Amino acid sequence: MLSPNHKILSFYGAYYMIAAHFIRLFQAPKFIQMYQYNHNDQILIEERVAQFRRQTEQFLNGEISEDGYRNLRLRNGVYIQKHSPMLRVAIPYGVLNSKQLHKLAHIARTYDKNYCHVTTRQNVQFNWPKLEQIPDILAELAEVQMHAIQTSGNCMRNTTSDHLAGVSVDEIEDPRPYCELIRQWTTLHPEFDWLPRKFKIAVSGSRDDRAATQFHDIGLHLVENDAGEVGFRVLVGGGLGRTPIIGQVIKPFLDKKHILSYLEATLRIYNLFGRRDNKYKARIKILVKEEGLEKFNEMVEQEWALIRDGLEVSDERFAVMKSYFKPFDYDKKAAGNVTFAQYCHENKTFAKWVEHNTVEHKVAGYRAVFLSLKHPETPPGDLTDKQLDTVADLAARYSFGEVRSTHRQNLVFADVKQADLFQLWQLLNAAQLATPNIGTATDMICCPGLDFCSLANAGSIGIAKEINEILDDMDYLHDIGDVKINMSGCVNGCAHQSVGHIGILGVDKKGVEWYQLTLGGSSANEAAIGERLGAAVPKNEIAQAVGTILEVYVQQRLHEETFLETVNRVGIEPFKVKVYANH
Amino acid sequence: MQIIKNNQLIENHWTFLDDDAPVVAGSICVSLARWNAEKAELSKHAGNLGVRLSSTDDISTLGADLGLFALIELNVADFMDGRSFSQAYLLRHRYGFQGEIRAVGKYLADQAFYFSRVGVNGFNPENLQQTHATLQDFTAFYQ
Repeated sequence: MLSPNHKILSFYGAYYMIAAHFIRLFQAPKFIQMYQYNHNDQILIEERVAQFRRQTEQFLNGEISEDGYRNLRLRNGVYIQKHSPMLRVAIPYGVLNSKQLHKLAHIARTYDKNYCHVTTRQNVQFNWPKLEQIPDILAELAEVQMHAIQTSGNCMRNTTSDHLAGVSVDEIEDPRPYCELIRQWTTLHPEFDWLPRKFKIAVSGSRDDRAATQFHDIGLHLVENDAGEVGFRVLVGGGLGRTPIIGQVIKPFLDKKHILSYLEATLRIYNLFGRRDNKYKARIKILVKEEGLEKFNEMVEQEWALIRDGLEVSDERFAVMKSYFKPFDYDKKAAGNVTFAQYCHENKTFAKWVEHNTVEHKVAGYRAVFLSLKHPETPPGDLTDKQLDTVADLAARYSFGEVRSTHRQNLVFADVKQADLFQLWQLLNAAQLATPNIGTATDMICCPGLDFCSLANAGSIGIAKEINEILDDMDYLHDIGDVKINMSGCVNGCAHQSVGHIGILGVDKKGVEWYQLTLGGSSANEAAIGERLGAAVPKNEIAQAVGTILEVYVQQRLHEETFLETVNRVGIEPFKVKVYANH
Repeated sequence: MQIIKNNQLIENHWTFLDDDAPVVAGSICVSLARWNAEKAELSKHAGNLGVRLSSTDDISTLGADLGLFALIELNVADFMDGRSFSQAYLLRHRYGFQGEIRAVGKYLADQAFYFSRVGVNGFNPENLQQTHATLQDFTAFYQ
């Protein structure tokens, strides 16, 4: 029986919902600065949903083979995991709006177990959908201009980019218009949907590469030449996974108008000549390695010369793309605010959060804010439906209705007035999204591991929790400073362990979970693949081993040296000695 | 036996000859290996000529022979092998082949639409009706 209070509660509940709805209506920004679908874009994703619905029905009726359907569903982001299917939703170059976040919240509530997971390719995963409901989920996503096209399978994947695109102080040019151009070109490309292996493209527009372009099949880095023109430095053959390789510069400067023809030439060479006899040797990095960069370059140049002139991107097309990403209508008086400095002075906890979880914005008086998805109590990168709704509402109120996902599995409000930061911090804190650990040792990249993934050899979420427990002293954590810990539950390396400052790789030894450690990896400008520390460490010792590594750093560091700088200076030996002291 | 050509279901009038099979009257199609070995005699054939390519055959080696063919079959040995898509693109758009390009072998019904977008206009699939229907899946595309 309902309690007498029920009516009151439901009255307030209804009131709250209506009020919240109006707040959303009034606070929804008039102009969202992200790509807006036209009729053609919308028709395409709706037709894709209808196609997948039909494919799924045919599969369930036995009219499509198991192997055939597997490859079709993968191209719609559907994996079959340990416990249930998993759906990976594309977040093109990590840009989302409030409406889309509310939709993700709704999907988490209606079709999943009230949460989702942000991936290292800036996408979002649902871990518990029912296969027969996935077409409905995709239809719901299509309502808000979202899809799951090519988020897995041997095809061109979601293009990733800098989560600070358009706002960072070191930006040469906003990469997002180029990302959208590439998104459209890659989507359902008829020639390149059945490649030897998956193919990932990243675009960075700033001096500091925050998109790991050196670790992609093709990395595009906007650069300025001596004449002051902006074009792409093109890298090819980078990648993580089983064979981590740093990409090589194949074209130091590519005129922007040739971007699609150059991609097409490269993809055609890869499609025709990439190895198909062994899936572990099928990525473009192996083709580049086996042919040699010079020969590979020759093949691409030859192909490119034949198509270059017919595929130029016109200035008009660039202008249209750029029109979707114009700067917001920033408050010119924002820098005049004085309360922000006051709050920083008076409230040390707030000041710490500002120091770690916000960064400078190119417009004075604004900052970009990181929402940490690395709360000590929750699996790294996870968000509940309630948090998704909160983030959507807060974005509408404080950041022009826009949110970014990062490849380190956090979120960003890119455009927050400094005057609003104190209030926003309190609200984020209440939603467990303000752990001041961005860029620190507990801001770990972590795959779902053995808990969810059928490929994994070892757990990762549990280890992340243990590492959090030994690093629960915030002052110590902040003192250690910039340490990137990346942890994958298997050699496929979804969490990019080989480029972690500390990399942790789960391995299976006769049914027991062990962990290999690497040190000194980096996916930033000074790209490096981590060096193996020594023999794998058993599960019950791995968190402590990480603790020991950090202690050695504190003992060894000189002055303001970061963890990575210390590792590069002293090498792995001092770390090795301490970690294996008792073995 | 029916096939799909230019979006229509029609009767197939081509005969594919195994490498050791005798030449028959009418429209015949042979492997690239047989074509290269018996080019002189086959060129005198009264009926139409076609050639069947595997996904590893190099299109550029066909050279002037291309003008002799009314049909090029792209034989898909495994649906995961996407090289046939690039071969079709090259035949149609680089080498300007005007005849029928037909996808044969082991491909999925759901790959037919993509094939049609790179220049394939003939299909000889395992599941004719299902494949024919998928050709209508999309009215919108980017490329």
